[in-house]
Amino acid sequence: MSTTIPSQNDLASRPTAGAPPVTTPVTDPVTPVLKGRGLVKRYGSVTAMDHADFDLMPGEILAVIGDNGAGKSTMVKAVCGAVVPDEGTLELDGEAVLFRTPIEAQAHGIEIVYQNLALSPALSIADNLFLGREIRREGFLGKYLKMLDRRKMHDFARTKLSELGLTTIQNINQLVETLSGGQRQGVAVARAAAFASKFVVMDEPTAALGVKESRRVLDLIQDVRARGMPIVLISHNMPHVFELADRIHIHRLGRRLCVVDPQSVSMSDAVALMTGAMAPPPAAEAVA
Amino acid sequence: MSETTAPAKREMQDFERVLTSSSSELARFDEPRRSPLQHIQHFLHSNPTVVPVLVLVVSTLIFGAIANNFFTAFNLTLIIQQVTIIGILGIAQTLVILTAGIDLSVAAIMVLSTVVMGGLSVNMGLPSILAVPIGLACGILCGAVNGGLVTLFRLPPFIVTLGTWKIFFALVLWLSAGQSIRSQDIDASAPLLKLFGGTFSLMGAQFTTGSVVMLLLFVLFFYVLNSTAWGRHVYAVGDDRDAARLSGIDTDRVLLSVYAVAGGLCAFAGWVSIGRVGSVSPQSFFEGNLDAITAVVIGGTSLFGGRGSIVGTLVGALIVGVFRSGLNLSGVDVLWQQFAVGALIILAVAIDQWLRKVSA
Repeated sequence: MSTTIPSQNDLASRPTAGAPPVTTPVTDPVTPVLKGRGLVKRYGSVTAMDHADFDLMPGEILAVIGDNGAGKSTMVKAVCGAVVPDEGTLELDGEAVLFRTPIEAQAHGIEIVYQNLALSPALSIADNLFLGREIRREGFLGKYLKMLDRRKMHDFARTKLSELGLTTIQNINQLVETLSGGQRQGVAVARAAAFASKFVVMDEPTAALGVKESRRVLDLIQDVRARGMPIVLISHNMPHVFELADRIHIHRLGRRLCVVDPQSVSMSDAVALMTGAMAPPPAAEAVA
Repeated sequence: MSETTAPAKREMQDFERVLTSSSSELARFDEPRRSPLQHIQHFLHSNPTVVPVLVLVVSTLIFGAIANNFFTAFNLTLIIQQVTIIGILGIAQTLVILTAGIDLSVAAIMVLSTVVMGGLSVNMGLPSILAVPIGLACGILCGAVNGGLVTLFRLPPFIVTLGTWKIFFALVLWLSAGQSIRSQDIDASAPLLKLFGGTFSLMGAQFTTGSVVMLLLFVLFFYVLNSTAWGRHVYAVGDDRDAARLSGIDTDRVLLSVYAVAGGLCAFAGWVSIGRVGSVSPQSFFEGNLDAITAVVIGGTSLFGGRGSIVGTLVGALIVGVFRSGLNLSGVDVLWQQFAVGALIILAVAIDQWLRKVSA
């Protein structure tokens, strides 16, 4: 299947650039994990998302970049239920879906690592991992006394954290507020990776971290991918995007401008595309 | 677009050169060395009930040494009896304060429920087996009104409950017509209302069933807060409401249920209070609101939500009881009891603020 977006030219390229007419081929030999088509979201007279398309392939890290106000966060929110699009379709593994809340998206196996992490500092690591999906004891204690199965939750938490190499966290009863920024990010990523069955969305995972801690989190993201979990990565940090991403979705003026391969496009070209200083590359260079 | 090199490779600009010698360890959160004071701070931060327990033990020992008859089984159980009502109201208040809210209407709900129970059974002749559940339902309804205003209209709990305090109190005066229901009348027509006034002796000490029920309620809510998902959600909502919502918790439902449960507990405290006081009076427990908050705060629960324990509230209520009794038996003027409780509140909040800095 091939989609042509005719209006892309006049949006993206300057008159002087003289770029050839562009088509962004979205040939799908593989069914995308998530496919969005013609997504529109209007806030009053502002169109935050203007017929945006989105494809996430199995097992990949798809970075989403775009200038401030390009509408990338609106699109990502639509993908994970925080925004309900006015128009357009979403297909999860080829089946049409509609998420009205993040909880509905969660129920479909989509997990989000929010920029502010959405952890409860006064609760323990284990409590945080299971917040909102606690496991109850079996039998009478769980059914009538609603007793939590702490042992099962602790074992699970310990397994998940060590699977991701977060062994520096010794005590899963430690309160989250006593952890460093990187460790907290680790807990948030572990929570997402543990419960996601389709894909994980990470919003600026390294924005609040120092150099060493960023390194640790980047490794962690690659660990999650190595386990076969597709990841949508939103970041302003170009070196991190280029290091991690398999494909880069460039968002501009409320829609997908193009998808590029980080191997064949330089960082400054990506920035130029993002800001409109350069026209999207011809179809051959774009990666489907 | 000629400069296709990555930003990392480009030449350094003048203002950037100083950075080469600066530290690249940006985020170090763990302090490698802690002073003894910081050790204490960390210990108390993870065990916030230790301070109130220490205060309770030390004050009990001091009053035992200086006050006559303080250390008698009779006096110690009397203290427990005296804190029964405030203890139950304190459980309700703890639930609300853990969600970073406050309920100024607890005592008003309690008195309203007693007036409903007493009015229906004694004045209107309804069987008390029906009047009591109706009174309890009235408390739950009042709590749900508070919770509904807090969640549906996003009004601050302080203002909502300040308003409903006045409203419920007005309803009390309207329903009771300002009249108390006498103890004899209750005995005659509705003895069930005094169920929790019964006493029994155990090793020379007098216990009321009400105080035993209060202790059982503390055990129950300790279990609920620590070992059920709902309890964890109460903490999470108070700690960071947005984070709780994004984690998939229906925060409005949790808040609404907390206020409703608190209302039910207040009504139950009312039932117990009829047994303890003997009569139903629209003017009683006027200071109950603030006494319950006092117990919660002295017990180490943070007014900012998410931190604290139900055990602390029991200890806090007992501390107030011990100070009142001890100062009384030492022959100190009543005004100094108020002074001491006031000083304890300020001390408790100061300690809470100091402990919060651990995470800052």
